Amino acid sequence: MSLPVQAQEALASFELARGWEQRARLLMQWGDRLEPLSEAEKVEANRVHGCESLVWLVAEHVEGQWRFKASSDARLLRGLLALLLTRVQGLASAELAGLDLREWFTQLGLERQLSPSRSNGLHAVLLRMAELAANC
Amino acid sequence: MFQPSPWRADFPAIAALQRQHQTYLDSAATTQKPQALLDALSHYYGHGAANVHRAQHLPGALATQAFEASRDKLAAWLNAESSRQIIFTHGATSALNLLAYGLEHRFEAGDEIAISALEHHANLLPWQQLARRRNLRLVVLPLDEHGRIDLEQALQLIGPRTRVLAVSQLSNVLGTWQPLPALLAHAHAQGALTVVDGAQGVVHGRHDVQALGCDFYVFSSHKLYGPEGVGVLYGRSQALGLLRHWQFGGEMVQLADYHSASFRPAPLGFEAGTPPIAGVIGLGATLDYLASLDTHAVEAHEASLHQHLLRGLADREGVRVLGTPQTALASFVIDGVHNADIAHMLTEQGIAVRAGHHCAMPLLKGLGLEGAIRVSLGLYNDSDDLQRFFEALDQGLELLR
Repeated sequence: MSLPVQAQEALASFELARGWEQRARLLMQWGDRLEPLSEAEKVEANRVHGCESLVWLVAEHVEGQWRFKASSDARLLRGLLALLLTRVQGLASAELAGLDLREWFTQLGLERQLSPSRSNGLHAVLLRMAELAANC
Repeated sequence: MFQPSPWRADFPAIAALQRQHQTYLDSAATTQKPQALLDALSHYYGHGAANVHRAQHLPGALATQAFEASRDKLAAWLNAESSRQIIFTHGATSALNLLAYGLEHRFEAGDEIAISALEHHANLLPWQQLARRRNLRLVVLPLDEHGRIDLEQALQLIGPRTRVLAVSQLSNVLGTWQPLPALLAHAHAQGALTVVDGAQGVVHGRHDVQALGCDFYVFSSHKLYGPEGVGVLYGRSQALGLLRHWQFGGEMVQLADYHSASFRPAPLGFEAGTPPIAGVIGLGATLDYLASLDTHAVEAHEASLHQHLLRGLADREGVRVLGTPQTALASFVIDGVHNADIAHMLTEQGIAVRAGHHCAMPLLKGLGLEGAIRVSLGLYNDSDDLQRFFEALDQGLELLR
């Protein structure tokens, strides 16, 4: 399965990144590209708990494809969410369930952001996605 | 000017962490351990483990002796009248749960439990849940602007219906010492039992439970440079006599029949099952080590580093320190910057601090905050640790702004 175009772009830029500062800058740039959520979407039902930051995940399953929107009040987490969405946008449930997202963040050099001891929330978002994929 | 820690080399993990480019500033969460503790654990496991209080054989006798010697050391450390007043639990949390269950029979619907607004979840939830089980009123003592319990209001709120006052000695978020003498005296005069959560306080300075005048004093070993899995509950003899047995099983029983049993008094009656033997022995070794240090030198070192920390935070634009920290730690937020983003930047640079709600969600909520960054000091920290933290903070903020 080939990578979506945006994901290819993300991979190319993170592969070139040297050092934590450059990765942090890239994360913030990707975070700025996230489509903003409306106030109506920032509701309790879309909250992902288990994070120290506020995180929302809006998921729609349309014609067999997942459409996600996500945001957070924390900036670097918005970047991580943006990178996550580039990889999963438009996938079918079976594809989403079969995808190793840990591998995706490892490719980006961001695997440490996924540790369950990190309270940044990315881990909780992945769990929520796995749940959605399993139930639909 | 560089301020070294004369005790840094006594903690081998500090050098190991430094080789991994990690600066440890999270001692209020848990501490690194002295070599003396590592040696004691290795000696115990290397020379023959045995269960305590039940075997007639030699290894059992030696283990029991070492285990009970730790109880004596703890009694001496806290200046308790007798070692029988020291109960070993599995942590401060389990000690507080023991109290909330062991005292449950003394409450009637409508009675009150007083806690403060800054309690760690460990000294909030056991009482909150007890209040719900028994239909009691949980009274929350408010804070002043420095982050200390507001004494004037507290003395009004603690009244004849107050059966228990349970408060922290030193706040794990605000770093403030609480006005215990006045609170405890007043609570006693009202006929209430008093519980002091010493989880943070016990680490800084020596505390005399008799002088303090509390009925119960609770702390956990791992924050006092000891091993995890061990908590300590001190109780005044009379207060211990009020506790109902809580957990049941081996060792705490006197006589057992299929349909009834009688139980031992404190301390063993409250130590059901095999206790954390190595941990208790290790804590004893840690206390020996700590007792060998010059208390004044430790206090002066910690006070000076703490000043350095507060000065550095005050020098930086937009930094808001929570409350008026007096000892060991400081929590802060930065205007316009999410604490998770600061935490990310510090983590990337190998600075180990704590970010988030610090197990005190209602306190943070009361301050109108989602979270904060906490820097906390141990006796092994030196001024270079703080320097690295400040450089990392500046670097991170530059990127974020």
